[in-house]
Amino acid sequence: MRNIKKVFLDVIANEDVNLSLYPGEICGLLGENGAGKTTLMNVLFGYYGADGGEVYVKGNRVRFRSPLDAIQQGIGMVHQHFTLVPAQTVLENIIVGSTKEDFFLNFAAAQQRVLSLQQRFGLHVDLNAKVWSLPIGGKQKVEILKALYRDARILILDEPTAVLSPPETKELFKTLRILASEGCSIVFISHKLYEVSEICGRVLVLRHGRVMAERKICDTDACEMASLMVGREIDEQKQSPSKNAISDKVVLEVKNLNVYNDKGICSVNDISFEVYGGEILGIAGVSGNGQRELANALFGVTEPSSGEMILNGKPLPFGKPCSRVEAGMARVPEDRMTTGLLLELSVEDNLIMENHRQFCSGKLLKHKLVAEYADRVIEEFGVKTPNRMVQAQTLSGGNLQKLVLARELCSSVNMMVAAQPTRGLDVGAIEYIHNRIREARDAGTAVLLISEDLDEVFALSDRIAVMYCGRFMGLVTIKEAKREQIGLWMSGVKERCA
Amino acid sequence: MRVILTKRHPLPHWLQIMIPVAAIIVTLILAAIPILFAGGDLKLSYITLFKGALGTRYNILETCVKACPLILTGLAVAFAFRSKFWNIGAEGQLMAGAITAAAIGIYTPAEVPAVVLLPVILFLGFLAGGAWAFLPAFLKMRMKIDDVVTTLILNYVMLHFMGFLLFGPMQQPGSSWPRSAAIVDNAHLPILLVRSRFHLGILIALTMVFIIWFINEKTVLGYQTKAVGVNPTASFFGGINNTKVIFLTALISGGLAGLAGVSEVCAIHFHLLMDVSPGYGYSGIPIAMLGRLHPVGTALSAFFFSVIIVGAQSMSRMTGVPVYIAELIQGMALIVMLIALLMTEYRVKVVRD
Repeated sequence: MRNIKKVFLDVIANEDVNLSLYPGEICGLLGENGAGKTTLMNVLFGYYGADGGEVYVKGNRVRFRSPLDAIQQGIGMVHQHFTLVPAQTVLENIIVGSTKEDFFLNFAAAQQRVLSLQQRFGLHVDLNAKVWSLPIGGKQKVEILKALYRDARILILDEPTAVLSPPETKELFKTLRILASEGCSIVFISHKLYEVSEICGRVLVLRHGRVMAERKICDTDACEMASLMVGREIDEQKQSPSKNAISDKVVLEVKNLNVYNDKGICSVNDISFEVYGGEILGIAGVSGNGQRELANALFGVTEPSSGEMILNGKPLPFGKPCSRVEAGMARVPEDRMTTGLLLELSVEDNLIMENHRQFCSGKLLKHKLVAEYADRVIEEFGVKTPNRMVQAQTLSGGNLQKLVLARELCSSVNMMVAAQPTRGLDVGAIEYIHNRIREARDAGTAVLLISEDLDEVFALSDRIAVMYCGRFMGLVTIKEAKREQIGLWMSGVKERCA
Repeated sequence: MRVILTKRHPLPHWLQIMIPVAAIIVTLILAAIPILFAGGDLKLSYITLFKGALGTRYNILETCVKACPLILTGLAVAFAFRSKFWNIGAEGQLMAGAITAAAIGIYTPAEVPAVVLLPVILFLGFLAGGAWAFLPAFLKMRMKIDDVVTTLILNYVMLHFMGFLLFGPMQQPGSSWPRSAAIVDNAHLPILLVRSRFHLGILIALTMVFIIWFINEKTVLGYQTKAVGVNPTASFFGGINNTKVIFLTALISGGLAGLAGVSEVCAIHFHLLMDVSPGYGYSGIPIAMLGRLHPVGTALSAFFFSVIIVGAQSMSRMTGVPVYIAELIQGMALIVMLIALLMTEYRVKVVRD
């Protein structure tokens, strides 16, 4: 791949990316969330057309208009989210769409071929089992078999280990090594450093859509990879630890919290921490390491399996969002569109979602009070809207988030939990939101910031914790925090940088 | 070739009100096709349709009588749909109300005065319909069982329960028809206008239109049903007790349908019959949609449906077009309205690959 460029609207996802793959090698593609790894591979697989650059396969320039073209050139991809038909058998899933011009399905021949592939690469799955009955590792094997059945010589694996248990990962690595020894080229996308150093011969580090470095695994170490991944520069200017002394009053205390996600996997594993009044505790981490489940447990949306959450000395009941509203916890949910807002209702209706009971006498809603309140809050928070009656969905993303903040911060709060508060916003809106969070902190509110954006965590936090696989890898104050160290923790490496 | 739907900006208020009107006009124009197929003369057909429904004082009042159960079932559906409780079961809830009204009306001594008896019948009829709707709401919120399926299925349960009653314990003594004994005179809803069947139930239905409007616009419950309907995830996050809101919605929705059953028994039939409802509960669905789930809109669209039903009878007499044309027009109105809603909320684009 030469000088690949991909632009989404005005966001550059990839620029000037060069990547060469040799037969029989496993090449790691490393980078933070949003570094452009998946986009790059989707260009290679023909999902996206590139906005610049060329792709060559075996020396021939190719233009992929769809994944079908890529498959015909021997490229296979295993996505993070599997693309299987659960109700069909393994064999049916493998051969779907690959039958050429034949009118009749030749199951026997197909089965023979798949069996021989299984023999060669050690991918043992019962071909007649229904896909839904397989464990996740089994489904992944089906995906790999699917690619191999189409004669893939280049195999792209997008974060294949994210969903696997350690033994399954081991098995996958065994398979990958066999594949490589048979001459397949494999692209291994990951942000787990130890896995990359275990399986890959070469690693490409992406950051902000560009290649930061290309290293042979034997020439590098975890520390260097981590710092390449998260960037070395720490902008001291941008940091803004609290000027006031942080109070010694514990506002939120979380003790031995365990949360299982909807797949029954322990996503938050025995986590304990405190948040003090007047500080921002930032929780960094690559997405999918339990941050969402932690936030949802605190919000009261999901029920933890065990543990305690204590706000101002009073335990928070599990799975009851209304208790958070009553306790004065400001909550900024990760997904403002689906969790935070009533998009089809008016700005006013959105503002009173949590405290509408304040505006009623008996069972009647006092529209005059609501209107006064809404106008005041819109003014105070500078929400750009024609008036309070327009549908929320007509507002821009930044204004929607302002709306959420306005709702959450307008009543008296002493605790704020913000999950990905600036995701998808433009620079101006980010600045505004950050300032509001700092103001809340300076007013003595305890703030828990959960963010996958490391820059944001550094810019706001007084203390930083890193979450990895449901646990805290470490907790440091902003003064002691080093980007490399945080990067290592985010990648699951416990050791300290020299 | 693919069809892509992109969301439009919401239309201005006045235009939104015009959508059902436009849909009705389009429906009436499209109705020409089946009328011509049936060999009817177009001009005569339309004239007799409207004359039959609105031509004389009696015809207008008959149209109002027909509109009464339709307003109530339309409201029932509209109120439920507002919080996305998909109540397809107004038919069964109507029958629950009708059975209750008949049972009380038949077995109460004739001496009990109407001022006592009627409120009791109305209240218990409301409650019976509400209870029948509460069951699927309970299953939905506690066991995540799909409400479309359960509300629909329970219609047949109630239908056959009524069949059991009418062929068994409630059958009129000495009759071989599935029909109960007559209710006592004091259980009759009074006629309000002379030389007509314009009864108290119509006034009750119109009061309900106002009450539902009031709940929707002025009360906390109205705000909460709106929030739950638009986005249950967000309303739950915001501290609203979704379960409680859906339970109340079901109770009120079913209750309204139950009242439709009460008024049919106590003002029209005075007996419980197998065909106490020729599908009023199901008609409530297109009526509510055509009325855009707004109570006043629902009342107006119920009146329109009633015009079609009553008018189709005289049209059929005069032109030989089968009376079933009414149901055809109702179905077309729903489809046209759904298409109109789709077109006004989304931009439809056809892309060639």
